Amino acid sequence: MARSALLGSSLAKKYWMALTGLFLCIFLIAHLAGNLQLLDMSPEGQLKFNEYARFMTTFPPVKVVSYLLYASILFHAFDGFLLTIQNRKARPVKYAYEKPGANSDWYARQMALLGTLILVFLVIHMKHFWYEMHFGDLPMTVDKDGAPLKDLYTVVAAAFTQLWYVALYVVMMGVLAFHLLHGFASSFQSLGLNHPRYTPIIKNVGVFFAVIVPIFFALIPVWMFINA
Amino acid sequence: MGNMKLNLKIWRQKGPNDKGQMVTYPVNNVSEDMSFLEMLDVLNDDLVRKGEDPIAFDHDCREGICGSCSLFINGEAHGPGRLITTCQLHMRKFKDGDTIHVEPWRAEAFPVIKDLATDRGAFDRIQAAGGFVSVNTSGNLVDGNAVPIPKDDADKAFDAATCIGCGACVATCVNSSAMLFVAAKVSQFALLPQGRPEAKRRVQAMVEQMDKEGFGNCSNTGACEVECPKGISLEHIARMNREYLAASVTKE
Repeated sequence: MARSALLGSSLAKKYWMALTGLFLCIFLIAHLAGNLQLLDMSPEGQLKFNEYARFMTTFPPVKVVSYLLYASILFHAFDGFLLTIQNRKARPVKYAYEKPGANSDWYARQMALLGTLILVFLVIHMKHFWYEMHFGDLPMTVDKDGAPLKDLYTVVAAAFTQLWYVALYVVMMGVLAFHLLHGFASSFQSLGLNHPRYTPIIKNVGVFFAVIVPIFFALIPVWMFINA
Repeated sequence: MGNMKLNLKIWRQKGPNDKGQMVTYPVNNVSEDMSFLEMLDVLNDDLVRKGEDPIAFDHDCREGICGSCSLFINGEAHGPGRLITTCQLHMRKFKDGDTIHVEPWRAEAFPVIKDLATDRGAFDRIQAAGGFVSVNTSGNLVDGNAVPIPKDDADKAFDAATCIGCGACVATCVNSSAMLFVAAKVSQFALLPQGRPEAKRRVQAMVEQMDKEGFGNCSNTGACEVECPKGISLEHIARMNREYLAASVTKE
């Protein structure tokens, strides 16, 4: 074959989609575990969160993984874009009358739309917190040793006093839930991991993951808004 | 003759380059015991008597085994009902007075020849690219039954081999992907010892041809498995994904 089968073919694009998607699923767990610290709104909790934020942005191994993460997000989005373009081209004349609900779930067919919404949300989300933490002019506080410490907690708490911002996060976690509802189990299928004994387990874990993770993420802004 | 009255909305297209449009045809005297194709025969008979051009549609065996009949009926490949082709769809599935939409398979890789007939030659070319086993024809044939094959593998290979290549998987897929067809054709050999010697080359050649034909990518919606008249399982797609991954990684 003229081109590398592991880069150009339709199946290869799906392998990369699955691998980056599963990596992003692992990231979601880590991101959620860290951010659940925001639920402790006491001064000690705030200090703990700010020290955690400093650790996550300065500890070299974490930084390496974070670059891998940025690359995965961009590649997942780019690959998805290419796949969607090809899929559109594969049916130039649409059906006049369709009944797609008879054989598949709407969220499985709308992964590109759900993914695009998540990408737009990520830009807003990272501008507000990631960009501010790295390059912004943050309010300062002091750590246990009296050294200066960026006060990301206050920035987050201030953001989540706005109702529309809380609402945006809750709605977007719903979007994420549907993306995961198809994406988690689908990635195993794309990698060829389908077995009568294990696939039902993978599907159930996928549903559990797609429901629990976004619910806990959404809990953070709601909790901070209520307790502000 | 029966007493059902139907309102058909059928895609009419004079040729490959014609733009085409949906045309409404009322049909009377439809029996609920007719197959969908027999109902179209009645309509065509009517059109011929009136001196109009009859509706072109593919059909051959009319017993669900040849894969010729197609038709996207009321938004579903081979119409409502599961595990059937259009020739096995009976008018008792519809009610008197129903409006029925009839369209050809829609895919870049399945261009319309005329009306409801499409060119499914893309499937033949994929098959020709690798969907075979090279057999010694020099006279010293080996008894196929001399090679022991686990019963489960033989059953799964046979399940894959029941694919009739009708194209319902492509027609129903939101992406016009041919993955279920190609996976069935890869699996029917990959599962058997006779298919192993050429397995790597086969899966690579067939996937490459599939991509060349302009089919879309699989997004695992599972619609193909639901609409497949032979109930080909998504497990075969996963097997092809494994086969292709292994072949690509170990290719020298």
